[in-house]
Amino acid sequence: MLLRHTPKEVTERKALTINPAKTCQPIGAMYAALGIKGCLPHSHGSQGCCAYHRSTLTRHYKEPISAATSSFTEGASVFGGQANLLQAINNIFTVYEPEVIAVHTTCLSETIGDDLPQIFDKAIKEKKVPEGKTVLGAPTPSYVGSHVTGFSNMVKAMAALARKSENRNGKVNIIPGWVEPCDMEEIKRLAAMMDVKINMFPDTSGVLNGPLNGEYHMFPDGGTPIEDIKSSGDASGTLALGEWCSADAARTLDSKCKVPCSVLDMPFGLQATDRFIDALRKIAGTSVAEEVSAERGQLVDMISDMHQYFYHKKVAIFGDPDQLISMVEFLVAIDMCPIHIVTGTPGKKFERRIKEITKDVPYEVNVKAAGDMFLLHQWIKNEPVDLLIGNTYGKYMARDEDIPFIRWGFPILDRQGHQYFPTVGYKGGIRMLEKILGVLLDRMDRDNPEEKFELVY
Amino acid sequence: MGKAQKAVQWDPTDIKQKLLEKYPPKVARKRAKQILINEAQENTTPEITANVRTIPGIITMRGCTYAGCKGVIMGPTSDIVNLVHGPIGCSFYAWLTRRNQSDASGHENANFINYCMSTDMQDSDIIFGGEKKLELAIQEAYDTFHPKAIAIFATCPVGLIGDDIHAVARKMKEKFGDCNVFAFSCEGYKGVSQSAGHHIANNQVFTHLVGKSEQEKTDKYKINLLGEYNIGGDGFEIDRILKKCGITNIATFSGNSTYDQFASANQADLSCVMCHRSINYVADMLETKYGIPWIKVNFIGAEATAKSLRKIGAYFADQELVDKIEEVIAEEMPSVKAICEDVLPRTTGKTAMLFVGGSRAHHYQELFSEMGMKTLSAGYEFAHRDDYEGREVIPNLKVDADSRNIEEIEVSADPELFKPRKSEEELKALEKSGFEFKEYEGLIPDMDKDTLIIDDLNQYEAEKLVELLKPDIFCAGIKEKFSIQKLGIPMKQLHSYDSGGPYAGFKGAINFYQEIDRLVTSKVWSYMKAPWEENPELSATYVWE
Ligand code: SF4
Ligand code: SF4
Repeated sequence: MLLRHTPKEVTERKALTINPAKTCQPIGAMYAALGIKGCLPHSHGSQGCCAYHRSTLTRHYKEPISAATSSFTEGASVFGGQANLLQAINNIFTVYEPEVIAVHTTCLSETIGDDLPQIFDKAIKEKKVPEGKTVLGAPTPSYVGSHVTGFSNMVKAMAALARKSENRNGKVNIIPGWVEPCDMEEIKRLAAMMDVKINMFPDTSGVLNGPLNGEYHMFPDGGTPIEDIKSSGDASGTLALGEWCSADAARTLDSKCKVPCSVLDMPFGLQATDRFIDALRKIAGTSVAEEVSAERGQLVDMISDMHQYFYHKKVAIFGDPDQLISMVEFLVAIDMCPIHIVTGTPGKKFERRIKEITKDVPYEVNVKAAGDMFLLHQWIKNEPVDLLIGNTYGKYMARDEDIPFIRWGFPILDRQGHQYFPTVGYKGGIRMLEKILGVLLDRMDRDNPEEKFELVY
Repeated sequence: MGKAQKAVQWDPTDIKQKLLEKYPPKVARKRAKQILINEAQENTTPEITANVRTIPGIITMRGCTYAGCKGVIMGPTSDIVNLVHGPIGCSFYAWLTRRNQSDASGHENANFINYCMSTDMQDSDIIFGGEKKLELAIQEAYDTFHPKAIAIFATCPVGLIGDDIHAVARKMKEKFGDCNVFAFSCEGYKGVSQSAGHHIANNQVFTHLVGKSEQEKTDKYKINLLGEYNIGGDGFEIDRILKKCGITNIATFSGNSTYDQFASANQADLSCVMCHRSINYVADMLETKYGIPWIKVNFIGAEATAKSLRKIGAYFADQELVDKIEEVIAEEMPSVKAICEDVLPRTTGKTAMLFVGGSRAHHYQELFSEMGMKTLSAGYEFAHRDDYEGREVIPNLKVDADSRNIEEIEVSADPELFKPRKSEEELKALEKSGFEFKEYEGLIPDMDKDTLIIDDLNQYEAEKLVELLKPDIFCAGIKEKFSIQKLGIPMKQLHSYDSGGPYAGFKGAINFYQEIDRLVTSKVWSYMKAPWEENPELSATYVWE
């Protein structure tokens, strides 16, 4: 037993987090910044944070993740990091020639109280920022919220670059939230099918799922051009996907540039995708494209074909709030029973939403925001489940408790596919179902006695 | 990348120039001292600048002090609860990411390696101080796991707000009575790299653990293995070989090790140092305090392994052991040789670059040379000058501000536990016969003339080096892996070994030969260009037109 010391009995812990279901803000900011075209993320703090964030993103994407650091030593920690950041900005523009530097803080520079806007002003005055290049920054103290908060803060910093419009460009801003590069592609595809002109940021497609062709480009072709981010103030409206990831940025655009916004759930599963498509339809003022309805029909068809395998199966799931809300809703929609749900990101609102979504599940439902995987494991020991869904770290519980396991969320360190096959939209829903069926039926094939081992299901 | 494209003739001075040309002048001046064109001769080794600050804004391969302390040294221990005091990130990222293996088999043995623990500091802890939370977290860890020991690690903000983690540790240790609690001031900003963290970790292990065991070890040939972290099971293979030879490994620092192993390390008769960088000072302290002499060993490479075993045999100078060692080498070598011969035709003449750690970039050159592969360029992320130039430079090393804040502990002979393992005459005789104690020559003398030795290589230089010299394989860490591979060059991680290992010892050598063979012969590197990209001109029409 890999987690042999996890007791079945749940005792309340006030100070100790064991096996966290979250990580710290800067990694989210780094991921978001990679969705700007020609952008080098920069971590303002000691180099260890940056090394860790790059390593984890690299392991998740199996792609080069470039990001610079202010490389604080003790001196910078005492006297402030201004000198380091000024030097860094100069070196970065000279050596790597990015279009944009997106700086995020770390718990170190936050604790010292370094003032990013003031340092940027100085850098501009000292001509360390070449003409036409952009430096932006987001505060991302790691002792507040989680990696999701950091993502949101960086996207908000992008929105803050938007200029107030004199003339609207008729586009719709889509803020997709922390989804995979392929999910961002899928969102673009759906919008195109609906004939909605969009301006999406951040957009990591083409950045973090690049080809292998003997060339290395620190700045691949993908990403949202900084001009598009600035012109998001010209849009006719904003669709923000996910309260935790995207709402702050959308509201910034609203208050700063009077771009009205609506915050939707992330389009995972049937109903959340329905709401997204419906919103696009209203924006476009047309009826839903037939191909889109057909994709929806395929998803519904698959649910009906395989319903017997989903029906009343118990599921434990952990991950980030926006993703979980839609996915739990989807599980309930196919008559599965999500009964243990944990996110590491704090937020009472999350617990309320999940309670609401699962109110008809015929079991007691455990949900905790700012919970950890140790607690989730204890819940599973007390009330076993048929399926576990979560990031790579779930594999230890899955092995110990012998539970079919699907990797979904962040980070996935030991598998491929998440960067190529979307799980948003109807097609994403179909892929999710395929994965669920795959592990459940593999399990039956493995465990059934020989006489019950059948060719057809 | 075909052979034809290779830079057959290259001048190291040009290469160095090319690496530096894009930097702002100040940066170029600094980097120039860390990039060395090797001209080591019989008696002189050129000087390199190392263990200096990373340049802000330059994309470094380095990590931090905390990574060296918790990640490298304490991470691989199995029955000590490692509790990180700080915001959640630091603990999360060091969670199972180094591929340290642990075989605490059987349910009675504690194994906390798969757990990640943190005080997950919040805003209010930063403002009002985190000592209370730490205290409670230690209590909760104790109540939940009842471990023999709890180790506390400080991360960046903890040092800034001034939490006294050592006082909290002392208090809890006294309170529990049956659980050793100690702390590490390994905030990420201390020092210039992971190296400071190794030092901090080792000092505390030496202070709080070594010598604390009541149990007497009575085995015949007792050694400690220092600087071996059981990545991908290296430690298992070394232990297998030692056991087969009849040598008892009292304690590995720190792969797959337990509390009791550390606690009885003072009972060994010889310390064998693998990774010089991460632990050489512990070997010195073990000698001063307990009288255990030390030697440098290297179990990376079959020949190196045999050589190291013979060195251990010579030290104990017991014919029975010497014979047994020869017998083991004779038994193990044929299968190693067989695989080596199999891969040789495909690997001979190929070239490698290694930029890892503080010893690995040196050790792994043995394996490559066994395969007929030449190392064109190498360097370390966090070594000091002695790792490059040899231990004789240690007295001349400048102690700068960044090293000064890393605690040096003073040790002297332990009044009860010190005992010389060999008499003066025996030591003299050994040395006279060519035996070298406390000796490490470093990387530079071992590398060919005109190869490039580069300290703290960064992403920009790595990419340039690869473009210019087109090695057949590049070795570094996960952050470097995919930018190198995008250039069409296979990249092997030598910190965590990708998914492979063990690479130490005899079986490890076999694994490594096969792994490198796979990497340099993989067909995938020939698919870089699509057919239409190789011949873009349309010179004929398709048949059915
Ligand atoms: S928690 Fe803070 S010190 Fe740790 S990795 Fe995150 S930003 Fe860095
Ligand atoms: S070479 Fe480096 S990574 Fe390896 S053990 Fe030594 S200090 Fe650690």
